[in-house]
Amino acid sequence: MNTLLNINHLLFLLEGTWWTVVLTAVAFIGGGVGGLAIALARIAPADWMRLISGLYVQLIQGTPLLVIMFLGYFGLPALGYNVTPLTAAGASLTIYVSAYLGEIWRGCLEAVPKAQWEAAECLALSKTQRMFKVIMPQAIRLATPPTVGFSVQIVKNTSLASVVGFVELARAGQLINNSIFEPFLIYVIVAVIYFCLCFPLSVFSQRLEKTMARYGARTADAA
Amino acid sequence: MSMISLNNVTKSFGAVQVLKGVTFALEKGEVGVLIGASGSGKSTALRCIDRLETIDGGQIEVAGHRVDDPKLDLRKLRLDVGIVFQSYNLFPHLTVGENIMLAPCSVKKVGKAQARELAADALNRVGLADKVDSYPEQLSGGQQQRAAIARSLAMEPKVMLFDEVTSALDPKLTGEVLRVIEKLAVSGMTMIMVTHEMNFARKVANKVVFMHQGLVHEQGGTNILSKPETPELQDFLSHDL
Repeated sequence: MNTLLNINHLLFLLEGTWWTVVLTAVAFIGGGVGGLAIALARIAPADWMRLISGLYVQLIQGTPLLVIMFLGYFGLPALGYNVTPLTAAGASLTIYVSAYLGEIWRGCLEAVPKAQWEAAECLALSKTQRMFKVIMPQAIRLATPPTVGFSVQIVKNTSLASVVGFVELARAGQLINNSIFEPFLIYVIVAVIYFCLCFPLSVFSQRLEKTMARYGARTADAA
Repeated sequence: MSMISLNNVTKSFGAVQVLKGVTFALEKGEVGVLIGASGSGKSTALRCIDRLETIDGGQIEVAGHRVDDPKLDLRKLRLDVGIVFQSYNLFPHLTVGENIMLAPCSVKKVGKAQARELAADALNRVGLADKVDSYPEQLSGGQQQRAAIARSLAMEPKVMLFDEVTSALDPKLTGEVLRVIEKLAVSGMTMIMVTHEMNFARKVANKVVFMHQGLVHEQGGTNILSKPETPELQDFLSHDL
């Protein structure tokens, strides 16, 4: 009763790939906004901001994404909020990515030498001006390679959205396999597609890292 | 009224008291030189003047600002006080011109065109007119330090502070930076320098303040460099070749 893999199956996989890309974009944008807020809160002068953001990071980094997904999809309806799989998966990934990007970016902000803050302060720049005109442009250069590197993790982690019934690439593969039962063939194809999504990002990240290393050496020399 | 005055200033870092009651004053247009061994507190004293460190006791007044007042508007103080550091601290992501224009544009809301003129003018004063579009990393240490001085000057401060600005430079580059500072001194800028360049101190200073173990041990005109009264200053100067 096994049917053969046909073009409709491949189209279905491509559709799943599209949703993987969409979910990655949602996670990256949502997580980027959240991560920036976390990073800024982690180095804020106010104790309570550092405390809350620190707790958030610890809590999320100590919880499997799978569990966050379940909480989003099954937990929210229990509290009276009905969510679609896309909303649940998008929200869960946003929460998850915010914590990790927040930590990466905090490190980059802190890696900008203290003397740069001081020089900006002595030129009478306000706190916001110091952050946005002096510190952040330098931190962004440092942050680009690890951020692109982490985006590879996001692509792969979207596969966990399949547990809440969201049909992205991994779930699409699973569904096709249920009908034609060719697990090896199907999952090889799925793996190749994931690789095609991730590989360019990895190469891009490595290339950035090399450029940045050169840049870093020069600024360290100048400082 | 003095342009800069410190009265019985004390400051501790943890258990270590770095300033134990520092008192000296500088009139408008005077050039003060802070000398002393490493760890004598001279750099800390300078940083306290610009409120980069808060003091534990005593009073500091600079250009009419009560620096020890906890309610002091720091940005108003920094508009009147320029400071240059040993490590230049130019912003590496901006060109020299942009480094100079940043504060006038964002703090004083000067227009772009006018800021360009300010930058050109400031760079002229330090002899770097042709470096406006260079990035800091493309400049020598001496040029970077002069650019940092230009960046401070563009804010038209009433007081300039120099914290061992030539300590990281070789003698040739030191010379080019000191010439810029000397020109500034002649133009009537009130300034305090922390320095180890004794010959330069002899040449430009109106007032020499010798610090020793967190206190002003001896102060006066440049004559104290040739006829020191205290054995500590004698000893300190005897190591200068």
